[in-house]
Amino acid sequence: MADRSDLVLDVKNLKTVFFTNSGLFKAVDDLSFTVKRGETLAIVGESGCGKSVTALSLMRLVPDPPGRIVDGSVLLEGTDLLALNETEMRKIRGNRISMIFQEPMTSLNPVIRIGDQIIEAVRLHRNLSSREAKDIAVEMLRLVRIPEPARRAKEYPHQLSGGMRQRAMIAMALACRPALLIADEPTTALDVTIQAQILALILDLQKELGTGLVLITHDLGVVAQAAQRVIVMYAGRKVEEAGVEALFAAPRHPYTRGLMASIPAVPAPGVAAPARLNEIPGTVPSLVRLPKGCAFAPRCPLAVKRCEAEYPPLTDWGGGHLAACWRAADVAEVA
Amino acid sequence: MSKMLLEVTDLRKHYPVRAGVLRRQVGTVHSVDGVSFSLGAGETLGLVGESGCGKSTVARSVLRLVEPTSGQIRLDGEDITHLSKTALRPHRRSMQIVFQDPFASLNPRMTAGDIVGEPIAVHGLATGQALEARVAQLFEQVGLRPDQMRNFPHQFSGGQRQRICIARALALEPRLIVCDEPVSALDVSIQAQVINLLIDLQKQHGFSYLFIAHDLAVVAHISHRVAVMYLGRIVEIAGKDELFRNPRHPYTQALLASVPIANPLAKKLAPLVDGDVPSPVNPPRGCAFHTRCRFAMERCRTERPVLKGNEHQVACLLNEGTGRGQ
Ligand SMILES: Nc1ncnc2c1ncn2[C@@H]1O[C@H](COP(=O)(O)OP(=O)(O)OP(=O)(O)O)[C@@H](O)[C@H]1O
Ligand SMILES: [Mg+2]
Repeated sequence: MADRSDLVLDVKNLKTVFFTNSGLFKAVDDLSFTVKRGETLAIVGESGCGKSVTALSLMRLVPDPPGRIVDGSVLLEGTDLLALNETEMRKIRGNRISMIFQEPMTSLNPVIRIGDQIIEAVRLHRNLSSREAKDIAVEMLRLVRIPEPARRAKEYPHQLSGGMRQRAMIAMALACRPALLIADEPTTALDVTIQAQILALILDLQKELGTGLVLITHDLGVVAQAAQRVIVMYAGRKVEEAGVEALFAAPRHPYTRGLMASIPAVPAPGVAAPARLNEIPGTVPSLVRLPKGCAFAPRCPLAVKRCEAEYPPLTDWGGGHLAACWRAADVAEVA
Repeated sequence: MSKMLLEVTDLRKHYPVRAGVLRRQVGTVHSVDGVSFSLGAGETLGLVGESGCGKSTVARSVLRLVEPTSGQIRLDGEDITHLSKTALRPHRRSMQIVFQDPFASLNPRMTAGDIVGEPIAVHGLATGQALEARVAQLFEQVGLRPDQMRNFPHQFSGGQRQRICIARALALEPRLIVCDEPVSALDVSIQAQVINLLIDLQKQHGFSYLFIAHDLAVVAHISHRVAVMYLGRIVEIAGKDELFRNPRHPYTQALLASVPIANPLAKKLAPLVDGDVPSPVNPPRGCAFHTRCRFAMERCRTERPVLKGNEHQVACLLNEGTGRGQ
């Protein structure tokens, strides 16, 4: 195994379930992955596949009821977060592990000035005078490239534009220099030009601070431009994991392959656009009534009898390229 | 020039901004500020731009769902800008709209079959068995099973609900379908199904689409021509391939550079603009983009550029002298 000392996060066999009116289901099932210092791991997949529940599980913020983490371990810098009580977890959350959301108002308080919110977050975890904390707050706003940070620090969230608010939330999340940052669709609600600015900002800061980043997105463009490693999820499970170049060059799972072929591309010089997009037939199955074998089998062009009967194990196809598919060896040959 | 199905000339929609107890007017939102374009039969014109740039207001004005402040809308050569409700009625049939949110735009208490059949019944085109048969046919056209006609909206997935909306739009055999972010709420794999369906239906029926989306790749895929909007104005309009390969307006260039490409070997993201879109309340004078433009000259602050060119039109002073912006 590679050097484990630079591992920031080591998740093993995470399982999070929900008890709902329509039944019990596993929103995240047997999920394992690691993140190194300064590394970006993208988690990609369609709506409802368990990306956000994974993030909330790492933060220990799964609403209980109806949800509960029932199995696994989440080692953050060697400490198992799942073994901590809520008081201990509060010392770590926002300090060693932070999260930014799609909608900045989920973590910004509308009636407190931006600067004071950052000051509060910093003083919760560090023994600083209010003067020192204030300096850090302004410095953080400068770091996320908010113009006139000292003046902006005195404003309320509603006085900022959407992009500025997102920057303020990032400033708050990074104020304590966490070892791990989780970003759940951080740019999805923003306009394209602002999206690019914010994504570039997150990546710059991550490099500068050496933070490990879990980037959750449904946008394969964002994955390709930002991540070093990628996990593809389907119906609560990891179906594929690989380095970003290996994944895009030769996806091993038919679902990943189907996703890549179904996204339209902006025309590039010398590249003929396909007349039709690839379709993945059917829809994502209900988590309450998952098929016995591979959850993707009912939509899979390569499915055989075995796929319906037995769940395929995650297999290493070389160089840490994992895929859970009985037909993975044949995927490359089918266009 | 061939006859155009839709011609929009100098369309404007301004909303007053009121404040205070007396609701005094303190400003004007220039939602749409002098937009002109045309759309041929069987053609798809994509309309892109960021939130608040006026795309949806253009769409709704074309359908006369909002009353334009000024300008002209011609459908098949006839000026429909000021037609009364009754006079507009026959034209309503030929123009339909598909909205972004397939969840909000369907009545939860009606069966899918009734939703699709309603416009046919309202226009008195068919009843009873004939209506039933027509609805079944529409279901098949959009890839739904006729036996699903009895189901209610909540029993369908997002992609299927959008198919119901499309079937309803098709019911009156329109010639123009305005699609306002029709796939934005859908997952990628489902998005592809709906985009393919829209393209197939156009091939079969020959109608025109005014296709509005913020996703450039989706617009690029479905459109024949593309118009780029910024703060209520069209800044560039050209054939799809031409626009994407040879974008001339600095805003179009910035927009294209901001799209993350799904290829890890392709160039990394290079945002070409800083700052946010200015407010459409009292927008900047001159070129609306000059506050964020890397090339802005003194003239751009005061002089408002107009669309110039033939096939490829650009509203940019920088482009005027040289014929290109770099
Ligand atoms: N509080 C909750 N109560 C019940 N079910 C929940 C709750 N939160 C999430 N779920 C369910 O867990 C599953 C995984 O949801 P999750 O939010 O992780 O999806 P996601 O991958 O983040 O999707 P999206 O791309 O739409 O954000 C879904 O079936 C969802 O409905
Ligand atoms: Mg989510």
